[in-house]
Amino acid sequence: MKKIYVNEQWCLACHLCEYYCAYANSGLSDMVQALKDKPLHPRIQVEQRGTVSFAVNCRHCSEPLCLKSCIAGAITEKDGLIVIDQDKCVGCYSCIMACPYGALMPSESGVMQKCELCATNSHGLPVCVQGCPNQAIVYEER
Amino acid sequence: MRSGSMQYVIIGNSITSVGCIESIRKHDTTGAITVIGEENHPIYARPLISYLLQGKTDEQKMTYRDEEFYQKHGVQVLTGRRVEKIEVEGQLLRLDDGSSMQYDKLLIATGSLPFIPPMKNLEEVEHRHTFLSLSDAKELEAELQPSSRVLIIGAGLIGLKCAEGILERVQSVTVVDLADRILSSILDEEGSARVQTHLEQIGIRFHLGDSVCEFCGQEALLTSGKVVGFDILVLAVGVKPNIALAKDAGLAVNKGILIDQACRTSNPHIWAGGDCSEGWELLSGERRNLALLPNAYMQGETAGYSMAENEQRFENAIAMNAIGFFGLHIITAGIYQGEDLCFATEKGYKRLFIKDDHLVGCILIGDQVARGGIYTNLIRSRTDLRTLDFAMISEQPALMAFAQKVRSEQLGRAQ
Repeated sequence: MKKIYVNEQWCLACHLCEYYCAYANSGLSDMVQALKDKPLHPRIQVEQRGTVSFAVNCRHCSEPLCLKSCIAGAITEKDGLIVIDQDKCVGCYSCIMACPYGALMPSESGVMQKCELCATNSHGLPVCVQGCPNQAIVYEER
Repeated sequence: MRSGSMQYVIIGNSITSVGCIESIRKHDTTGAITVIGEENHPIYARPLISYLLQGKTDEQKMTYRDEEFYQKHGVQVLTGRRVEKIEVEGQLLRLDDGSSMQYDKLLIATGSLPFIPPMKNLEEVEHRHTFLSLSDAKELEAELQPSSRVLIIGAGLIGLKCAEGILERVQSVTVVDLADRILSSILDEEGSARVQTHLEQIGIRFHLGDSVCEFCGQEALLTSGKVVGFDILVLAVGVKPNIALAKDAGLAVNKGILIDQACRTSNPHIWAGGDCSEGWELLSGERRNLALLPNAYMQGETAGYSMAENEQRFENAIAMNAIGFFGLHIITAGIYQGEDLCFATEKGYKRLFIKDDHLVGCILIGDQVARGGIYTNLIRSRTDLRTLDFAMISEQPALMAFAQKVRSEQLGRAQ
């Protein structure tokens, strides 16, 4: 299946992916309204040190440790996509304990959130990829 | 592909059972799978019972898999049924209703039972509970009153989650533990002290390094001479593997049912996993009873693969816990041996344990828990710390600390 991959050498550390992610998952249609003067809770996060930077989000592992460790049965896999049911999540942090990439984090409400490749919001295709100005993140089959 | 006549039987209807069903079905879509569960509920997320009392989930949401799970996986489920005997010679199970059932391959996933140390006059305590199952939680909930004074014996994971679940619904919660600190099985002294302070500020009272000498009506007389009045008693000292069936059947057992890395027991037709089992732990190289949810799922999964003759080995079992109380989160993993590094902030605490250039354990509390899985993974994968920037990663878990080549695998290759 298509997933998001990182081309580290092209990352400008502009953090636009984080903005686009927060917007895409805000449920609002206007980007300014979604982001202006609000704390961001993006599901993709840029690591940055000196001249090196890259974005990290869920790898949608074929052996998802988050799913196997979830005490609530809130994390499921469908056709390779790993999704979290935030209604079932109780915020126990087991997925954070398990994820080798550090790709899950608490949402604004305290339950966990993760990248779902924009398949579960209204956008359908990863908005971070569309917003990346330098193809440092790509959405493709590998 | 196996013939359709294969009879898989699973005793126990919880997390290990689900892991097993899901992996059997990856390789064998036709064999018959039967699950026999003692509890009268479809599978539910057992560790959520404290969240149920706290109002953070409900019975509908705490189902561990959706309603169609059994049907979708072609599983026949018998709930409210108990297996009384395993006859290994004939590969036969005797059930409590007098019926019997043949198996080709059997998984024992009978979980754990509350461990209750002897306490004088315990039987005379009227409102007395354990806290392991949904029924336990509902029975406790039915007795809770705003005026209730609750006494919990045991300051471990179960006792303290229970305390969190009910604190706001009762007058008081007092916890007694023989150990001189809370969560002594997963935290160091500093960690215990920090979490205890947090819980005391919220209103839980502790009597540590103490135990109940005897119960006298609605009073517990402690060894220290203190007297604690209570209306409801919760026994949460610990759990013990439920191995009675396996032991009677002559399987090799220690504290739990002994299993190999494919989760096979000493009998070639029987597997075991989860809280009732004792499998190889990665860091000690010894067999350990790891009564933890991720372990239960992965052992069930490993057993399922093996039962469907697609053997995979579960070789990196370690202890790992994620738990939180009133917004203070804790992640722990591995063993606490070797050299250690400590970082303390006002809102958090981190301790890393390093042995022979490998991370073997971690304790993360409060603002130190973010991305904790990066540490857990270093422990599970036995990563040589000399291959990465350890100064950087010990400060903060980040993929930046790995060699560029490793990172391009992590983020550039299908996982």
